[in-house]
Amino acid sequence: MPGKKIRVLVAKPGLDGHDRGAKIIARALRDAGMEVIYTGLRQTPEMIASAAVQEDVDVIGLSILSGAHNTICPQLMKLLHDKGMDDVTVLVGGIIPGADIPALKQSGIAEVFLPGTSTQDIIAFINERHAKQHPAKA
Amino acid sequence: MSDKLRESVTDAIPERTPGAAEAQWEKTTLKNTLDKSPERQKSFTTISGYPIRRLYTEADLADWNAERDLGFPGEPPYTRGIHSTMHRGRLWTMRQFAGFGTAEDTNQRFRYLLSQGQTGLSTAFDLPTLMGYDSDHALSEGEVGKCGVAISSLADMEVLFDQIPLANVTTSMTINSPAAVIWAMYLAVAEKQGADWKKLSGTLQNDILKEYIAQKEYIYPPEPSMRLVIDTFEFGVKHTPKFNPISISGYHIREAGSTAIQELAFTLRDGLEYVEWGLRRGMDVDEFVPQLSFFFNAHSDFFEEIAKYRAARRIWHKAMVQRYKAKSPRTWALRFHTQTAGCSLTAQQPYNNVVRTAIQALAAVLGGTQSLHTNSLDEAWALPTEFAATLALRTQQIIAHETGVTNTVDPLGGSYFVESLTNEVERGAWDYIERIDAMGGMVAAIERSYPQREIAEASYRYQMEVDRREKIIVGVNDYVSEERPLDILQIDETVAKRQAARLSRLRAERSQEAVTRSLNDLRSAAKGTANLMPFIYESVKSYATLGEICEALRDVFGTYEEVAIT
Repeated sequence: MPGKKIRVLVAKPGLDGHDRGAKIIARALRDAGMEVIYTGLRQTPEMIASAAVQEDVDVIGLSILSGAHNTICPQLMKLLHDKGMDDVTVLVGGIIPGADIPALKQSGIAEVFLPGTSTQDIIAFINERHAKQHPAKA
Repeated sequence: MSDKLRESVTDAIPERTPGAAEAQWEKTTLKNTLDKSPERQKSFTTISGYPIRRLYTEADLADWNAERDLGFPGEPPYTRGIHSTMHRGRLWTMRQFAGFGTAEDTNQRFRYLLSQGQTGLSTAFDLPTLMGYDSDHALSEGEVGKCGVAISSLADMEVLFDQIPLANVTTSMTINSPAAVIWAMYLAVAEKQGADWKKLSGTLQNDILKEYIAQKEYIYPPEPSMRLVIDTFEFGVKHTPKFNPISISGYHIREAGSTAIQELAFTLRDGLEYVEWGLRRGMDVDEFVPQLSFFFNAHSDFFEEIAKYRAARRIWHKAMVQRYKAKSPRTWALRFHTQTAGCSLTAQQPYNNVVRTAIQALAAVLGGTQSLHTNSLDEAWALPTEFAATLALRTQQIIAHETGVTNTVDPLGGSYFVESLTNEVERGAWDYIERIDAMGGMVAAIERSYPQREIAEASYRYQMEVDRREKIIVGVNDYVSEERPLDILQIDETVAKRQAARLSRLRAERSQEAVTRSLNDLRSAAKGTANLMPFIYESVKSYATLGEICEALRDVFGTYEEVAIT
């Protein structure tokens, strides 16, 4: 389906209100031609999973800076699985200790972006992964 | 409007007419150099994007009057500092922000920091506490003790300050929406220790306006939130004359991505908003304003930061005299705490953060700060380890005792560049302040998302400059290298379990009748106009939990949802 925009849900789970990163990513992805839905603050995994289904998104970007990632991510991945959303790409950005990354990926997180990642790298990652999942018909 | 504003605030350096000698230099020496080798960039700007000239001379200070604009330290307009001897008389308070895990964990860190020569305490609370939820609330899952210490009741607070004599130590508490509740707990601990409230010294952050603007840890809508803040002012004037009931904070505004001028302008306009609400409550300006304190960020652009602090004092003095006819020098003098910029720290090559922090701290000291927190090198990864926190404290001690910058007051005073930049930062801030006045004040401006939008714009602009490598961050978008991972502090889920156990024991042991009665009293008082501090104090003393008290107020006040800007 050439021309169909990649749909991204940018979500801010947990109690934390530091939304600088989430807002920058939302705008950068939109500027890169993606369809972006920003959930706003304080979303539970249930709210994020329901929004993902409702908005039929290809990608979920989670911004977590509070240290709650080991609780939130597995919960969300399970909910997505239960809702038949296994093919959605889930990305995490924020303050994530390196030692936690393997377990997050094990739970199905496609990639973890640490502080200092350029928005261009994230855009490229999403585009490449989307192209792989949806190869253009010859 | 936003674009127009940027033009007027940040893009225009004032016109100047160089003197004959300078004009001659431009035509000869400078021109020869530029003909042979052009400069590295077409234009130079501060980290906030503010344009900086090649050279500052007396031509930049044509309208500047040393007596009027600089004055002497300890005297209006306080450009050179609020004390006549500044750091020769007394060093700033070295106040490292700390808090993690349970009250026991943080109590231990506090006592360690005091034993290492730290001179004041500063408490970081975890997110459930900041949002008014107990550790065992469903929404607290995964967050207990992670970003700070978990405090759900007076019982936790008693442990937090165990063996720390509150009469002799100054304590800062970074808490906003539930600030009145946490303060009541602190006062109750002090009372139990036998400390005289009149002698208690410390600071409550309690700055709800910057929560709506930047950090977003709000519970109630602006109107009742402001009422709670003014209640603490009134209570403080009467019972705790040496305690600052508020720390009006630019720190979080800057961390959210604002420019230096926006940080200054929004913070001072917040300050004016609190003054106006206090006056409306019937307090006299010289009665309560001396207890209001400020809190600024120290970012990496050295001179821009120094200019910001100097301008802050000048603006506050002017506003207090001109707008409110304040008569007390204690009202005129802006006192502030500084924290180095967390958002400037990098996860990559984290040891570089020690250097960044040292430079930022130096700017705060040269800008005349009253107290200082220096960030730890590992904060782009996690809360600091004891090793990293000690190194951060040592950084301040080296500035204080080895660099010599404390030997004289305001060593940069009279510098063409510093004085010009101070003027320009002040002018830019007044421009914003007047715009917000015209909107009907800060609460009105927040309701139309004005400061939020300005900050989002600035933060996006900066990120794009970094992504395009127009602004270089060492180790991130240049000078990149491989490195070994750091040892970092881990907070595990046993903290949440220990907290939950303590809470269920508390709920079983306390008098439920006393709790219900005090919460009912609080609820009915909240429906009226009485000062809520005495009611909150009674609830705290009955061992009602933070969550129960905040819930009682939620029942009456409702909650706030922001319109998200992206």
